[in-house]
Amino acid sequence: MSNPTYTVIFYLFAAITVCSAAFVVFTRNVIYSAFSLLFTFFGVAALYVFLSADFIAVTQVVVYVGGILVLLLFGVMFTNGIMQTGQKSEVFHIVPGTFLLAGIIGALLYTFYTSHGWMPSESTLQGSIVERIGFETMSRYVLPFEMVSILLLAALIGAAFLARFDKSGK
Amino acid sequence: MSSPALSQFSIPFLMGNNLNAWSEALAGFNLLGLPLGLVILAAIPLVFIALYSLTYGVYGERKISAFMQDRLGPMEVGKWGILQTIADILKLLQKEDIVPASADKFLFVIGPGVLFVGSFLAYAVLPFSSAFIGASLNVGLFYAIGIVALEVVGILAAGWGSNNKWSLYGAVRSVAQIVSYEIPAAIALLCGAMMAGTLDMQKITILQSGSLGFAHFFLFQSPIAWLPFLIYFIASLAEVNRAPFDIPEAESELVAGYFTEYSGMKFAVIFLAEYGSMFMVSAIISIVFLGGWNSPLPNIGSLALNDMTSGPVWGACWIIMKGFFFIFVQMWLRWTLPRLRVDQLMYLCWKVLTPFAFVSFVLTAIWEVYVP
Repeated sequence: MSNPTYTVIFYLFAAITVCSAAFVVFTRNVIYSAFSLLFTFFGVAALYVFLSADFIAVTQVVVYVGGILVLLLFGVMFTNGIMQTGQKSEVFHIVPGTFLLAGIIGALLYTFYTSHGWMPSESTLQGSIVERIGFETMSRYVLPFEMVSILLLAALIGAAFLARFDKSGK
Repeated sequence: MSSPALSQFSIPFLMGNNLNAWSEALAGFNLLGLPLGLVILAAIPLVFIALYSLTYGVYGERKISAFMQDRLGPMEVGKWGILQTIADILKLLQKEDIVPASADKFLFVIGPGVLFVGSFLAYAVLPFSSAFIGASLNVGLFYAIGIVALEVVGILAAGWGSNNKWSLYGAVRSVAQIVSYEIPAAIALLCGAMMAGTLDMQKITILQSGSLGFAHFFLFQSPIAWLPFLIYFIASLAEVNRAPFDIPEAESELVAGYFTEYSGMKFAVIFLAEYGSMFMVSAIISIVFLGGWNSPLPNIGSLALNDMTSGPVWGACWIIMKGFFFIFVQMWLRWTLPRLRVDQLMYLCWKVLTPFAFVSFVLTAIWEVYVP
């Protein structure tokens, strides 16, 4: 990864991620916020690729762009009068806000510099990551995996029930 | 990466015929320290989309639809109207680039761009030949399914940005359709991935090669493979908004759907994106079920037809021919079947295709585990 091309691409994606994330927060137009999230999600996916976690990167695109972002856009578009409502994004409580921000950043940096769990692992990844993920999900993590499946199934049934055509009300 | 540049500056035939030899040679090609090879690597599918849209996409579709309706199609510009597409392009280039006054300028402008990028990104993992693939990812198939999500956002941006009822209706219909049909499509492709045991597009293709030609293709390797093949084909029609699933652009009810307000080059980009995704889904179905760049001809005794028609250049011909065949079927269906209603579309997806996709998934799993 010492190749200058990769470095340039990395900083390009980092810049896209940070700038679009800032745009999401600072713009007053909700629709622009939602569309800007697209670039943030893609930038993060690209950063995952740089960490050689390509499976996670693709999952990021599938789940966040294909699922959550589309849902968000639908929600924003179908909310009546969303373009008319003035968005309140003025800054209140500057002093406590600044203290809180400084405190959080300080705590994060402190943790980052004092804990030494960031060493690169001795053995590099061998073979296909997808296969490893499959084996791990179906062996060591089979219980959490099944629990999440049941939770999602329950959510699916609940959503279908809520969206059902109400016969009694008709 | 900084190997001598000149030795690799050779025509493809001298780069060797090993797996991914051409693309790797291109990726290592630097000019004055700039990664020019990577740019060329990305530009090849782009040029391919442009050329095929101009010839087969526009002219071919007009001629095919004309012949199916017992017409002649374009005949005036050049012999048999061959130059018609060039006239169309000149017309599109000269048109004024209109942005409606009440449109959301930013979204209106980026919409077609995001849409085209979405359809183009999947070309990174399509193996165009045994020696050429943009990026040989080990999650290639998953990536190709997932990246379509970008197209959805592009359609929404175009539909919302136009600030037009028909556009928004078209966009919302299109997105609902693409998001729903992703599920049967993904499960159907999962059957193919299960037969291969990998998600790497190049490996999936290699597993289907052999001296018996078409008999090694996954479609003929298992007695239920035709079911996911059919399901993916139907779902892919819906994903690229082609008839009989063209309700997002339904001319008779929605004017032209999400691209009603577009004209000139922006309209051309939207069409380029549509043709790009048409070839993309056709290539994916050819790779997963019909052997990608493998030759379908078998070796018959001493007549080694398969060996004669194998190799990187032949491979590129085969996958493009297979892709074009499926595009022809898409055009054929367009003039054969009437358009579905929105409720029929959802019925077909959730109550027909998805259950059958699950059935084919289970049957393929049983076949792969218990039949050696």
